[in-house]
Amino acid sequence: MTANPMPFRGSLTSREQVAVYEFSWPVVIFVPMAAIAIQAFLPVRVRFFPILDLPMMVVIFFATARRNPITGCLTGAVIGLLQDSLAGMGHPIGMFGIADTIIGFAASSLGVKIDVDNHGTRFLITYLFFIAHQGIFFGVAHGLLRQSLQWSWSQVAISALANAVVGMFVYSFLDRFKK
Amino acid sequence: MDTILGRFRNLIVLAAILFAQIVGLAVQVKSPSGQGDTRLIRVWAVTAITPLEKAVIGTQNFVRYAWTNYVYLRGVRRENRELRAELDRMKLDQVRLQEDANMARRIQSLLAFKEQYIDSTVAAQVIGTSGTDQSRALYIDKGSRDGLRPDMAVITPSGIVGKIEQVFPGSAQVLPINDQLSGVGVSLKDTRLQGILRGAVNGTMTVQYVMADERVVPGEEVVTSGGDRIFPKGLPVGKVTEVVPGKDLFLNIRVEPAARLDRVEEVLVVTKVSEKPPDVQDLGPIRASDILAQRLPTVPNQQPVDANGKPVNPASPGSAPAANTSATANGQPAATGAKPSTGAAAGSGQSATPGTKPPVRTPTTAGGLTTPGATGASNATVVKKPSTTATSPTTQPGATGAASSAATTTTTKHSATPTEDVSGTPAAAAPKPAPRKPPEGSAPDTGTNPQPQASQPEADNPRR
Repeated sequence: MTANPMPFRGSLTSREQVAVYEFSWPVVIFVPMAAIAIQAFLPVRVRFFPILDLPMMVVIFFATARRNPITGCLTGAVIGLLQDSLAGMGHPIGMFGIADTIIGFAASSLGVKIDVDNHGTRFLITYLFFIAHQGIFFGVAHGLLRQSLQWSWSQVAISALANAVVGMFVYSFLDRFKK
Repeated sequence: MDTILGRFRNLIVLAAILFAQIVGLAVQVKSPSGQGDTRLIRVWAVTAITPLEKAVIGTQNFVRYAWTNYVYLRGVRRENRELRAELDRMKLDQVRLQEDANMARRIQSLLAFKEQYIDSTVAAQVIGTSGTDQSRALYIDKGSRDGLRPDMAVITPSGIVGKIEQVFPGSAQVLPINDQLSGVGVSLKDTRLQGILRGAVNGTMTVQYVMADERVVPGEEVVTSGGDRIFPKGLPVGKVTEVVPGKDLFLNIRVEPAARLDRVEEVLVVTKVSEKPPDVQDLGPIRASDILAQRLPTVPNQQPVDANGKPVNPASPGSAPAANTSATANGQPAATGAKPSTGAAAGSGQSATPGTKPPVRTPTTAGGLTTPGATGASNATVVKKPSTTATSPTTQPGATGAASSAATTTTTKHSATPTEDVSGTPAAAAPKPAPRKPPEGSAPDTGTNPQPQASQPEADNPRR
């Protein structure tokens, strides 16, 4: 991947500058839309697909690439709210929004500190962020809405692993849209 | 102040966004209907996403249909032959089932039951899901432009799927029966116990509010009861897989859905359900005692003999040939049956004019398969299998329970007068061949019925 020597924006690490990427407007609009559409469509054909969370991967990607916490949490909020709005009536709008907002903020903040273009780093942060995402979602559903969800560590760990593996390919594909 | 705001700007923005969303959540939770401002964003999101899904599904279907219909045709001829053979068998079965259904309708009419008929449906394709495990909502490609409204039933030929939850112009959201918010009025097919089917977070379904002292066995079929005013009565729901004691003296009856809810692709939306009394205008008159006569064992009827000991030609009113003739003349050879009309004639003391005519057994063509004597065979089937009358009308939603209960009621109410109808009605025993040696040419049945041997013994003993 070729990181263009873009002018530095945002926070600064102590030793080196971190490249900040930008994206064209069509990419900013259509990539999240495509991720949400795929997330809604593929479970019709692929039964195990709901364990993946493509919109969350897109949030992590944009947040770590832009490295701006405000943009990151805004991106997470918008994508999460769109994802919420496709869910059923028993799923109030804002559950994914809150989770993705926090993930977007955390990913962009982390992107300022470490090099997130490395494959190993990407695998690790996707794995950890998915667990955090599930934890936030569970906390909102259980704590705020009193919904009777069941937490399963094994299921979350396996889903996180699957998301981390798939995320490597998704990030590699989305790297092409970086400017 | 500026320094503090600038320093914690990111956190302040994060907190503001989270606060706004939590407030939004709180508003939704407080609002039981879930409507209001959130509906607009749902409409926007669904309107923006569903065209993409429709395009993908359409392209996929085009390629798949082009491949399967025009390229990959291996084994189609053999499959076609098998399907034709199966179709012929099904059409014969249909004749028998139609007979049972007609009898059920007649019984219902006696008790003034009303049936629910599915008048019209709209076929739709599943184009999306909620995308999460927490919600099992489905999206279909038909909406308000196609006449869909909330609370319409969504079914497949295998069983019910759910109901319409929200309707958008070009799509609709379906709440499946295994969603945790779903509730369907159901009844167990054999025991007729009624309960409420509810979904769970993990997608399982249980029937609730069945008392713990009731006996429910795994494998029993579950059908809709019609009590929820959404699903017509009698539609298949699933099968009982497990029965465990629940809380508050109720059973937890776990049900496996009849429709593949996790792989459903095409569905039917019931857009119109009408309720009307069963139509028995063309089925001929019938009395409760006639029905009873069909269900009780018949007394073997001895043919009258003359002074020389030879059997007399039974061309009397209400005889079996007359019954067949009148049934055929009604244009309902399989539905009318011999005994009802003859029983009515005999009971009223009137002479059945068609009974004086020579017997006519019109060959019945069932779907290209000519079955001479199908009338007699159908009659025999109805008489032979009275118990199937209660279960077979599942082809007509709403008829199952009514038919079953009606049959029971009829039998109970008229149990005091079976002898008169059975023994006093020659038709009840007329189809049976004489136990003694029949004289040649004297029995009209043997001369015109192409298959008398196949049907008559069955008609003899309805309880056999």
